[in-house]
Amino acid sequence: MLHLFSVPTISRRAGRVWYRNLVVFFRTWKVNFFPPFIDALLYLFAIGMGIGTYIKEVDDVPYINFIAPAILAISVMNSAFFECTYGSYVRMYYQKSFDAMIATPLSIEDVIAGELLWGATRSVMYVAIMLPVLVAFGVISLPLSLLALPLAFLGGLMFAGIGMCITAITPSIDSLNYPMFLFITPMMFFSGTFFPLALLPAAFQYIAVAVLPLTHIVAIMRMFTLPALSWTILLHIAWIAAVTMIFCVMSINLMKKRLIV
Amino acid sequence: MDEIIAAENLRKTYDNLTAVDGISFVVRKGEVFGFLGPNGAGKTTTMKMIACVSPRTSGVLRVFGQDPAQQPAEIKHRLGVVPQETNLDPDFTSFGNLVTYSGYFDIPAHTAEKKADELLEFVQLQEKRNVEVEKLSGGMKRRLILARALVNSPDLLILDEPTIGLDPQARHLIWEKLKTLQAQGNTIVLTTHYLDEAARLCDRLVIMDHGKILVEGSPSDLVKQHVGEEIVEVEKSAEVLACLTERSIPHEMTGDTVQIATDSSREIVKILLESCQPKKMLTRPATLEDVFLKLTGRTLRE
Ligand SMILES: Nc1ncnc2c1ncn2[C@@H]1O[C@H](COP(=O)(O)OP(=O)(O)OP(=O)(O)O)[C@@H](O)[C@H]1O
Ligand SMILES: [Mg+2]
Repeated sequence: MLHLFSVPTISRRAGRVWYRNLVVFFRTWKVNFFPPFIDALLYLFAIGMGIGTYIKEVDDVPYINFIAPAILAISVMNSAFFECTYGSYVRMYYQKSFDAMIATPLSIEDVIAGELLWGATRSVMYVAIMLPVLVAFGVISLPLSLLALPLAFLGGLMFAGIGMCITAITPSIDSLNYPMFLFITPMMFFSGTFFPLALLPAAFQYIAVAVLPLTHIVAIMRMFTLPALSWTILLHIAWIAAVTMIFCVMSINLMKKRLIV
Repeated sequence: MDEIIAAENLRKTYDNLTAVDGISFVVRKGEVFGFLGPNGAGKTTTMKMIACVSPRTSGVLRVFGQDPAQQPAEIKHRLGVVPQETNLDPDFTSFGNLVTYSGYFDIPAHTAEKKADELLEFVQLQEKRNVEVEKLSGGMKRRLILARALVNSPDLLILDEPTIGLDPQARHLIWEKLKTLQAQGNTIVLTTHYLDEAARLCDRLVIMDHGKILVEGSPSDLVKQHVGEEIVEVEKSAEVLACLTERSIPHEMTGDTVQIATDSSREIVKILLESCQPKKMLTRPATLEDVFLKLTGRTLRE
């Protein structure tokens, strides 16, 4: 059990893996740049303006401004999680990219670290493309909302780590659907995203804060975009940092166990 | 330093299966060293341990005098690996594959690009430079993998079935390239199921089975030692068999022929013609294939 948490040695070469993914990303940039745009518009129109017509305000905030940070937070979650589950699994299992990489001076630790960093980078990119749309609609405030970018990196790294742990133990690509439907999708709704946590029964509120990672990203994001900073941001950051650390370390060790035989 | 690879009592077990069962060998600088053996003999497993991608279970292994368990990155810097399973990066072109792979060796981009073009020419794939690897034929992919193994100008090449699935032209091309590389002072370790290829390329080789090394030596020595100079093949018939058994001439049955290994075929042929009423008969030089089949048997491996 202990080896799951042994701290891996990672070299600068992890950056090479990250860079490889970046190059592929820009080779297919047309496919990669539009979803964030469409996504942002879709949420704003369907939920913000559709539902927003009936719900004018939540906690004295216009409904559309209330959900804008949630849209960003959900994107952080989805892009990193998707990248480090389906994306990494395809590279590992179908493309045998990791096998090719570890035949070079790269170690498996470097490879997985590079993949995790890349997952976090995808979150940052997604948010970076969404931000101007939200700014144009006047639903988030500047300049504090720019802090969404570093937050996207931290939150992205957390979901990259969680996703990579799942990738390391999944028996097949189809099994990746389970965490998607049992973990990611419910979290989209019950993390203080489209309605305040306070509306949930007290027990559920505790659960949301204790175990749902998205809750903490939404909370910080909302402090940035409204803006409404509070000292509790430190608690949220500490929670995310700890969970990120645990899952990233664990994912590297699990992957090593899976691939180095 | 003369010994590029030194293995002593090297073992590898997967769960409860022993894939490599205590093998010892030395590969010297500038040699082409072959690993032969039936499917599942443990060749790939051995290659992977040398290439520092699979940890050994026990025994001693040194590559360039270093321990793969201790200094994998240093060793891998000087290795070129052609894996048995093609694993080119489908997200890139031929050229892109070579350049991206060079990046993993910390080779600066402009050096890598120049080298990539040289290597594409070396394996005669210039025309496919900007083609996605998905669109290459199997043989072209194999050649590209060889080119990829050379991006870092390795001191030791590890080739796991480098010519699998190649047409005769491409195989000859690869043989020629390997000879060139050897002439440049490279050390090459390879596995193959083509015994003519092994006989042609290898200075020394081992034949493995069930994770153990059965024999080691130069191809011609092994043939002389284990089979002899020539093989006489006769069509199988009751008369021939009875006749050979009667004179206690050692022979082996394969399908509908009987094979007799000998150092003087004329004598055997004479006996056969005079007293055994052979139908069809032919004499041929003994090959590595005869050694291989003699040592590992003729039954198919599961
Ligand atoms: N990752 C693995 N997990 C469990 N067993 C394995 C693994 N890889 C190989 N083996 C087993 O180890 C043995 C040796 O396999 P290896 O791939 O080294 O054979 P080989 O000589 O390369 O065969 P081939 O000529 O078919 O390539 C086989 O019995 C194989 O089933
Ligand atoms: Mg093999």
